[in-house]
Amino acid sequence: MSDAVLTVRHIRQNLASRRRVVSLGLTLALLVTFALALYLGDYAVPPSGVIQSLLSPLTGMANKGVDFIVLNVRLPRATLAVLTGASFALSGIIFQTLLRNPLASPDIIGISHGASAAAVVCIVLFGMTGFGVSLGALAGAVLTALIIYVLSWRNGVTAYRVVLIGIGMAAIMMAVVSYLFTRARLVEVQQALAWLVGSLNAANRADIIPLAIAMLVLLPITMALSRVLDALQLGDDTASALGARVETARLGLMLAGVAYAAFATAAVGPVAFVAFVSGPIARNLLNGAGKGFVQAALVGALVMLGSDLVAQHVIPAVQLPVGVVTGLLGAAFLIWLLIVSNRAGRVN
Amino acid sequence: MTINHQLLAAGMDLGYGERKVVDDLNLTIPPGKLTVIVGANACGKSTVLRGLARLLAPTRGAVYLDGKPIHQMSTKEVATILGVLPQSPIAPDAIVVSDLVGRGRYPHQGWFRRWTPEDDAAVAEALRATDTLELADRPVDELSGGQRQRVWIAMALAQQTDLLLLDEPTTFLDINHQVEVLDLLTDLVKHSGRTVVVVLHDLNLACRYADHIVAMKAGKLVAQGRPADVVTEAVVADVFGMASRIVIDPISDTPMVVPIGRHHVGAGAKLSA
Repeated sequence: MSDAVLTVRHIRQNLASRRRVVSLGLTLALLVTFALALYLGDYAVPPSGVIQSLLSPLTGMANKGVDFIVLNVRLPRATLAVLTGASFALSGIIFQTLLRNPLASPDIIGISHGASAAAVVCIVLFGMTGFGVSLGALAGAVLTALIIYVLSWRNGVTAYRVVLIGIGMAAIMMAVVSYLFTRARLVEVQQALAWLVGSLNAANRADIIPLAIAMLVLLPITMALSRVLDALQLGDDTASALGARVETARLGLMLAGVAYAAFATAAVGPVAFVAFVSGPIARNLLNGAGKGFVQAALVGALVMLGSDLVAQHVIPAVQLPVGVVTGLLGAAFLIWLLIVSNRAGRVN
Repeated sequence: MTINHQLLAAGMDLGYGERKVVDDLNLTIPPGKLTVIVGANACGKSTVLRGLARLLAPTRGAVYLDGKPIHQMSTKEVATILGVLPQSPIAPDAIVVSDLVGRGRYPHQGWFRRWTPEDDAAVAEALRATDTLELADRPVDELSGGQRQRVWIAMALAQQTDLLLLDEPTTFLDINHQVEVLDLLTDLVKHSGRTVVVVLHDLNLACRYADHIVAMKAGKLVAQGRPADVVTEAVVADVFGMASRIVIDPISDTPMVVPIGRHHVGAGAKLSA
């Protein structure tokens, strides 16, 4: 083998090992945070008790009080945080990569806002709760994405138009929410506001199942289509020249991106900025060593789970909604991104 | 790279929406040669390249690759025969050179066939041919314009196609880098028998490097052939609407266009005017 081939192989292996190190580090951090989420709480359970509870379906050694806290409260909550965090992150990185713009995540370009407006309509106008609101949010997200796509279409979809129209849609949807608030009774406004901030406080198994099923379907599709991104990232013409089916792949990925955002929002509400920050954080960690889909999903899960821990425990005896913490985190990140991209004279 | 593929356009109209940009073009690309397409801004030369490259479907007529209508072939089949470097490809943030060049292996990979030693060899060969091996582990956004263009050409080379189409690969480059890129393309034709088609702005570099030159004006083909036969004062006046004198390039013995303009009245201007 010639020196040149060895050089190329060496660089490729270096990139692959950087990917592995980042993934491994994030996985470890996620495991530790997950363990903390099962252990921490107002009702003190020793680590051995947590483990015993987790194994109780196998061992049959039941301790009703502890099992309820660990298996029915903390475990569903942490699981839902991981699944929604990963979904938001994947939705974000799909849109950011396809539209080549870090601002193009679903929580900025109106998809989350569409879900919010639909949910508030369900709560205020139809007096719905729980599952009905989730279904409404799902429909709202999909419908808004469709409207944005149609309005941006002019012989193809350009990133710039999607971002501008999306930001416009977000404003319209927030206006719908505000209008409904002026018409609603106080108790409905409270319920709607709690939903809008996004919270894991009421997490239970019923919230997890639809999202888990959606992810089981979406993950293989995403994995398969993300290969096309190797070509698509170089621009549409270059991708076609490399033999990629550009329009098919883009449409498939966008549908997957909308579905991730829609199902996650339906489960926990429009938790701010998780979709927006996860991809760029993962890409920064990788520093050019890959598209970062897997790593972004891990970052998203970590951000969601970590933020929820902070939200639960930072003020004693007060449970903040997770969206308050992610909102603060995301706002700081947005400002940093604007400063950095202004300095570089580009948003890319 | 011993088989030469046939690429030709027959009665081809190209346009965007209602606007017709190229009108009834018949063009056969000579195999194993460097073909350069020239013409004034907005004459449709880049559009012709996009049509030939299957990136834009003709509104009338067709492009044939080895006798088959190219728009009826699968994208993947075309991508193993014909490589294209568009005018402004996008490099993903922080990507390193050999990773970018590796993207050229896309048509050779499949859902199940991932990276192989052959791919490493193809990337290494492309880096060597473009003299970018020592840049292999550098991030693309840190390179100079000339280096970056060579890296993009390497990406197209890693595709290992017999035909290579490039849209203005020398735009925005300093003169030394322009010459560097055209020397490289000439190497590809001379040493590996590839067929290369380039759209160029600079008429004199086109004359020097082209085996076959194609002159276009307002979407129509005006003249084609060897630069020495095609590039005359009359053709330049027709294509660019500009008076000029043709002298002989002292280095390459090819025609060299000296523009006249309104402010410099030397001996040449008087002769032509």
